[in-house]
Amino acid sequence: MGPERIRLAGITKAFGALKANDHVDLTLHAGEIHALLGENGAGKSTLMKILYGLLRPDSGEIRINGQRVTLPSPRAARAQGIGMVFQHFSLFEDFTALENIAIPLDGRTADATLRAEVEAKARHFGLAIALDRPVHTLSAGERQRIEILRALMQEPQVLILDEPTSVLTPDEAEALFATLETLAAEGAGILFISHKLEEVRRLCSRATILRGGKVVAETDPRAVSAADLAALMVGEGVLDLRPVAEHALGEPLLELHGLSVATEGVHGVTLRDIDLTVRAGEVVAIAGVAGNGQSELYAAMSGEGGRVLSGEIRIAGQDVTRRDINARRMLGAAFVPEARLGQATLPQGPLSENVILSWHATGSLGRWLLDTVRTGAVARKVIERFDVRTPSPDPQAAQLSGGNLQKYVVGREIERQPRLMIVDQPSWGVDARAATHIRQTLLDLAASGAAVLVISQDLDEAMAMADRIAVMHGGHLSAARPVPALSRAEIGLLMVQGENAARGAA
Amino acid sequence: MSFNIALVPRREISLVRQMLTPFLALVVALLIGGLIVWLMGRSPVKAFDVFLREPLTDPWALQEVLLKSTPLMLISIGLIFCFRANRWNIGAEGQFLLGGILGGGVAIATHGMAGPWILPLMMLAGALGGMLYAAIPAVLRNRFGISEILTSLMLVYVAELLLDYLVRGPWRDPKGFNFPQSVPFSDAAQLQPLFEGGRLHAGFVLALLAVLVAILVFRRSLFGFAVKASGEAPRAANFAGFNEMRITLVVFLISGALAGLAGMIEVSGQVGQLRPGFGQGLGFTAIIVAFLGRLSPVGAMLSSFVIAVLLIGAESAQVSLKLPFDLTRFFMGMLLITVLAGESLNRYRLEFRREAA
Repeated sequence: MGPERIRLAGITKAFGALKANDHVDLTLHAGEIHALLGENGAGKSTLMKILYGLLRPDSGEIRINGQRVTLPSPRAARAQGIGMVFQHFSLFEDFTALENIAIPLDGRTADATLRAEVEAKARHFGLAIALDRPVHTLSAGERQRIEILRALMQEPQVLILDEPTSVLTPDEAEALFATLETLAAEGAGILFISHKLEEVRRLCSRATILRGGKVVAETDPRAVSAADLAALMVGEGVLDLRPVAEHALGEPLLELHGLSVATEGVHGVTLRDIDLTVRAGEVVAIAGVAGNGQSELYAAMSGEGGRVLSGEIRIAGQDVTRRDINARRMLGAAFVPEARLGQATLPQGPLSENVILSWHATGSLGRWLLDTVRTGAVARKVIERFDVRTPSPDPQAAQLSGGNLQKYVVGREIERQPRLMIVDQPSWGVDARAATHIRQTLLDLAASGAAVLVISQDLDEAMAMADRIAVMHGGHLSAARPVPALSRAEIGLLMVQGENAARGAA
Repeated sequence: MSFNIALVPRREISLVRQMLTPFLALVVALLIGGLIVWLMGRSPVKAFDVFLREPLTDPWALQEVLLKSTPLMLISIGLIFCFRANRWNIGAEGQFLLGGILGGGVAIATHGMAGPWILPLMMLAGALGGMLYAAIPAVLRNRFGISEILTSLMLVYVAELLLDYLVRGPWRDPKGFNFPQSVPFSDAAQLQPLFEGGRLHAGFVLALLAVLVAILVFRRSLFGFAVKASGEAPRAANFAGFNEMRITLVVFLISGALAGLAGMIEVSGQVGQLRPGFGQGLGFTAIIVAFLGRLSPVGAMLSSFVIAVLLIGAESAQVSLKLPFDLTRFFMGMLLITVLAGESLNRYRLEFRREAA
């Protein structure tokens, strides 16, 4: 191990009554790739924000290269040699890659000198990048490479990456790991935040595990099993899905026939010739790298957006291609959109009021005057039945944590007793316990005779839940294939190359 | 070292705090207003007396306050529908004028006739006039995506010119010594006082009724929820299947109808004929009223009274203290600023930060 780059001692940060970080110690050496593990809400992001100057700790000290420092701003952190790659990219969509790299560099413009420097850097670290293309034409992996290059241009001694692989294909992730290994070999310290245990075990030599704001363990991840790591993160053993009883499949409840959809936005994906059938009692998952048309497909199925060019959508046997979302709900469909706040719920509305959004067409809440007794009763039942932890009996949606709000949203739809449930990203940004709860709920729903369609970027989730998996690539959907017969490698190939190319290669 | 000030969101906002804020804002605005009066070399105490005490204690002035608050209340209640839905109807003044023009048109057409049907017909025409006029920016937005802020505002000037043309041209009173005004309305076309010897008319009752209906709509109705959802989170409204374009149209129609009705009430109950400038900018003042009332119907009612007191007080202040009317406008602006500042400080607290350069 090289010299000590960073030493955090006794870092404490409270938000009101919640201690997001409670006397956290962490040491990072030069040449080390150090994993920071923990569930959502364990305090990883808070700690990283403190280290990057976005938050100030209530107490504790930060030493960089042995010197005690305060980091009042990201600028100060960068001056100390700390670079960060965020989970959500902060790039200007209409600017080119090179322009985006130039922006945070004081006094630099996207000229030939900078281009030469960036190209040299990119070559050195094996980061393939098209510098002159506007960002909106680039894939998630390419965007991330811009963010990384941007950080590398400032010659960081420490690089922090927040869940960098969540938007990458397996191949892109491998390329990233190679880059990080090069960087570490040249003396930088790398902090790698993730909850994907396999890749942590593959890449990192040390891991600090946070739970409830405290460090619960520091260990060599290669020396312990993934199950042991997970147990440390969650606290009481990994939560497994309970297999549901064998059940027969019924009639098709969702049918897409040759569906082509034009998108409304400039940066959207056009859907081409999509075929899919989901039958009663079945769970089908749509996998794929984000941004390949999944959001557009969800909107077309729910009736929230997109202009259907050809083909048809049938729900419970009825053609609903030109019907609105409420007509589809009347036929027994329920929808859980990707955005919990602002799409599935009104952020400032209490949970009881948020019942109205998806219930007003079908739930006999009153045609003109709303039955507030009933909306309150529905909300209470959802809270109770789906174990939604709330700070008060009827809080605003925005006051719930991500996992609890997602349980509420999924529960609200299940309480409608749908025959067809379409869920976009059921556990995106949700902690392990809540995710397991939601997945189990959906499996049970299918077992009780409903058709369930799950759109997920999380391949593990898709494989754990689905009877069949279809893969979305470039606006086209592969045929749905039974899970036991499908290997991760095959899915990975479909995710990167699409069905036709994959078939050609096979 | 440099300092900067950051707005940090508060986690909880206490109810007491929310209730007290508008009053505190009023006090702060009064103090600033008093300071200005003092700097102008007049006695602030005397000014408060004329501006606030007299309109509230003198029975005649009190009646004038209620009369002045009537159009403000009706228009601002309508505007609340638009603003809650995040649609920006800036042209209530134009819809107010169109309501007056169409309502007054009925009065002119039925001149010399009598019958209890004339007033209801005028109200209908007034509401319809404002409604159709408000439909123009809504349709332009829905059909072509044109900003309703611009179109509704520009239509105000069109309405003013239309009124000018009518009272100087086809509707000019032949016996009016060439003044730009219409014939005086017959008794049957004028709202009569509710009490013997008073001036307060049924328009005020209609305004209170509008407040009550608006309370019910926003507290309990699906439509009120749809309006709120559409304004707060358009994607959630879309998820609920509330049609965005239909909401745009309906909130503009409601807002236009109420402004038009207010216009008809103003010409029938106050002016008694059509003449240029009967709008007095009330359609714009109502925007301030709606925001002072924090976009709630009860709030709009209360702030209608407050602004009406100021307007009436300003009239007597002009006479007795020789204070310019612009001072009142300044004060209304000041009041809006203090209320919005109070609102912001409720949601956020100021944090002073020191930063190494």
